[in-house]
Amino acid sequence: MTLSIEGLRNALVGPFDLRVEAGRCTAIVGASGSGKSLFLRMVADLDVNEGAVSLAGDDRAAISAPAWRRRVGLVPAQPGWWGESVAEHFDADLRTRAAELADALRLPADIFARQIFQLSTGERQRLGLIRAMLADPDVLLLDEPTGSLDPEATLAVEALLRERLEAGVVAIVVTHDTAQAARLAHTVLRMEAGRLAPL
Amino acid sequence: MNPISLHPLDLAIAASLVVVDILLSVFLRLGLHRQLLISAGRMVLQLTAVGYVLRYVFALDSPAATGAIVLVMILVAAYEVAARPSRKLRGGNFLVSIPTVAGATVLTSVFALVTAIRPAPWFDPHYAIPLVGIILGSVLNAGSISLGGILDGVTGAQASIEARLMLGERWRVAIGPLVRQSIRRGMVPVLNQMIAAGIITLPGIMTGQILAGLDPVEAVKYQVLLMFLLSGGSCLAAIGTAYGAASLLTDGRERLRLDRLTGPK
Repeated sequence: MTLSIEGLRNALVGPFDLRVEAGRCTAIVGASGSGKSLFLRMVADLDVNEGAVSLAGDDRAAISAPAWRRRVGLVPAQPGWWGESVAEHFDADLRTRAAELADALRLPADIFARQIFQLSTGERQRLGLIRAMLADPDVLLLDEPTGSLDPEATLAVEALLRERLEAGVVAIVVTHDTAQAARLAHTVLRMEAGRLAPL
Repeated sequence: MNPISLHPLDLAIAASLVVVDILLSVFLRLGLHRQLLISAGRMVLQLTAVGYVLRYVFALDSPAATGAIVLVMILVAAYEVAARPSRKLRGGNFLVSIPTVAGATVLTSVFALVTAIRPAPWFDPHYAIPLVGIILGSVLNAGSISLGGILDGVTGAQASIEARLMLGERWRVAIGPLVRQSIRRGMVPVLNQMIAAGIITLPGIMTGQILAGLDPVEAVKYQVLLMFLLSGGSCLAAIGTAYGAASLLTDGRERLRLDRLTGPK
């Protein structure tokens, strides 16, 4: 399974050309405002864009947007919440799996009984990652997934991501941490003024 | 009981209360005297003009003239609905307000005219125009509040809406909480009106009919009918504006299109 991006652009950034094979991770580093998050949003088809994107040969344009986003999971740096409680953001049928992931990410056992306003930024970030992983996407687009985490939680997130990569997931990770990019990624690219270039 | 006809002197005596308000505003330095004078003057001119226009249209008894008056009323209400939210859709809030206000008002009015009131002909201007006017008042309130709820609230709700889109949910599901909240807000005025009717306030139509000599129980029947119509019109307007605006703020790829909004946040 390969994620293929050709000529992806919008009025502000691009064009981007990128291929990421199954089980491979591409890290994107670069200054704030250079277009990294926008690139991930365009791949997830959340922002207006032009270009060809396909996954395992399936053209994105031929797939409904919801079906595409179930295969290509984007986790933003600050995940959004539509309810008051943590529990209402997770399918009751997947609660056991969610609890296992929470444990792997060093989250407290009672996290699903809490209210969203009681969570720290780092807890929200990890819960956002769990929420995306429960959908079992083929591609993970992670925007600064450990930006608000302590070193121990950061290593836990990286370990979980490696596990998913071994299972054949494609990953694109935006990070400001070049050491993390070196630890995780098979390819590291730099975003500069809306264009991707090798580091 | 025959209605007591009002003479210009009677109105002049009542206007003395406005004069008292103006004097109090000057004395207490409220700064309202100019506004009071303009508002009261405008009200007298507008209502007098409407009175003569309606007298003329009633005398014409022509479906085309009645339709033209109704059309003007709907367009003015649609303008008000479009103007209230601080944020605007590119292309104009008219895209939502005209079809919604027209649809809600015409459906509710025609429904009442052909089922409950049944004048002959059903578009008799004596019934059709006042009925449309009353329904438009409620449609305007519900539509403008509901439209404002979506347009002024969607930017703040971006993260929660997109969180669901990212998980592969449909746009209707993702924007659903904001739409439902806006519809509920739009329905508040008519709900308050129904709850308060008869206990906290005597509704204007009923009071007018009683003052005009109608039996209070007959007046109540008309008021109850009108309240049901206002409820129906408000509900259609609140739902129509909320879903109309929500659909224009998303696209065929189920993306939230905040770039289609203009105006201050």
